[in-house]
Order: sequence, then structure tokens, then C-alpha cells
Amino acid sequence: MSVNEFFHMGGHGFYIWVSYGLALVLMVTAFIPPIFQERKLIKQITRRLRREQREQS
Amino acid sequence: MLAWLHRLASPKRFHGLAGFFITWCGWGALVLFASGLYYSLFNSPPDYQQGESIRIMYIHVPAAWNSMFIYITMAIASLFVLVWRIKAAAAVARACAPLGAMFTFLALATGSLWGKPMWGAWWVWDARLTSELILLFLYLGFMALQSAIEDKDAAARAAGVLAIVGIINIPIIYYSVEWWNTLHQGATITLSEKPKMNTDMFISLILMSLAFKFYFVVAVLRKARNEMLEREQNSQWVKEMLGGSDERK
Repeated sequence: MSVNEFFHMGGHGFYIWVSYGLALVLMVTAFIPPIFQERKLIKQITRRLRREQREQS
Repeated sequence: MLAWLHRLASPKRFHGLAGFFITWCGWGALVLFASGLYYSLFNSPPDYQQGESIRIMYIHVPAAWNSMFIYITMAIASLFVLVWRIKAAAAVARACAPLGAMFTFLALATGSLWGKPMWGAWWVWDARLTSELILLFLYLGFMALQSAIEDKDAAARAAGVLAIVGIINIPIIYYSVEWWNTLHQGATITLSEKPKMNTDMFISLILMSLAFKFYFVVAVLRKARNEMLEREQNSQWVKEMLGGSDERK
């Protein structure tokens, strides 16, 4: 099977690749923001706790 | 029982459990996606009627299953919110909604992309498609209600009622292909019967479905864990977890 044949998918290539592509794009886009959000949140809270500790001592 | 439940679902405990599941289900999802994609794109035969377009099934069916599974998860979490007022459950329910909406949209879109070459139409107003579209609106309604009410606990309870009432739509989606005359084909796999499809097709479908499920577990827990961390940032366990290392200074 050639690469061209594989992407052609017996004439259904467009429908198949758009389906897989859409799934990939959606699932990646939904996954990324919470990772950065968590990092930001932990940084924020740590900074605040450190400040409070300094103020106490 | 109640005290036990609250201890089990305490924010601290939830944070630890979520971390465990995020790690292991994350690796599981990676392995399942790798093998599932290999099977569904390379190692499964074309259908004798539908040709290569059958490969859309390995996205479409797992997405549709997830859309219903996530709804049930959201409704059960909402029940825990309404009956036992468990905060972690509210965070899980809230995290479920956008993911559920996403998989519902994906199921509808890939269904369209499959329907066009097979049925000759992007969309038909039949029972299966319409009830799945209603599911999308239920998710959107849940999200709208959550953001419309300022007090987060009240919002979770109000949206929880919607989620629980809306669960009536799930059996309607599931049985729609049997109850009504429809263009949509019947269930591909049922629990009660041996699969009628080719073994490699069956393996592709199972691998992709599990991959989608694992993805959901990781994604929902990541979001819920963030929300809990934000809400609980003044509690002792968060201070111990994030501030403890700085005591030396």
C-alpha cells in the first residue's frame, strides 16, 4: 500500500481525516489549559503563603 | 456513613486520589491511543459495505459513548452534591460539562462526516441524531446555569437538578434506534450478545473507546483538582502541601 493510497482511503480520505483531525484538535485544546492553570495556581498560592509567613516572623 | 463519606471525599483526600488516577490513567491513555490508532488506521479491514469510511466509527462511537458516560458521571456527581453536599463532587460535575459537550459535538460532527458519504446527507432529523443534539443542549444549559448563579454552591445545586432531570434523555438516546424507524444503524456492540463484527474491527473499537475513557478521567480530574485547589487555598492541607517546604527560610 502506497502512502498516497493510504491517505486517499478509497475515496473517503477527506471524511476520515477530518474526523480524526477534529478529534485530535478538540482533545488537545481541552487538555492544555488546565495544565497551565495548575502551574499558575500553585505558583500564586506558594508566593502568597511565603509572603504571609514572612509577615508573621 | 455520612461522616465516612465526607472523610472519603475530603478535599485533601480527593487531591491525592486525583493525582494517582491522573498519572496512571494518563499512561494508560497514551498506550491505548497508540495501539488504538494503529489498529483503527492500519490493522483493521475496510467494511464490505462501507469501505474505508468504517474507520470513522473508531472516533464516532467512542465519542458518542463518552458523551453519554460523561453525562451519567455528571448526574451522579450532582446527586452527591444535592444529597451530601460534597464539594469535590461539585467540582467533578462542573469539570464534566465542557468535556461532555465536546464529545457530544465530536460525535455529531463525525456522524455528519460519516453520514455524508454513506447516507448522502450531512444531517437528518431522526431520533438518534435529535436526541444526541438535545444532549448537547443539556450540557450547554448546565454550563449556562453554573455561570449564571454567582454563589458557587447554589449554582452547583441548581445545575445539579437540571443534570439529574436530564438523565431521562440517556435511555432515549440509547434505545432511539430501536424505538423509532431511523436511518441510524443499530447498536454495534451490546453487552448481551457476541459481537457480530470482525475481530480486528472489534479490537480497534474497544481500544479507542478505552483510550477515550482514560482521556476523560485524566482531563476531568485535572480540571476538578484545579478548582478544589483554588477554593481550598486557605485550608490547612494546602498550606502544608505548598507552604511546608518553605519553613526553613
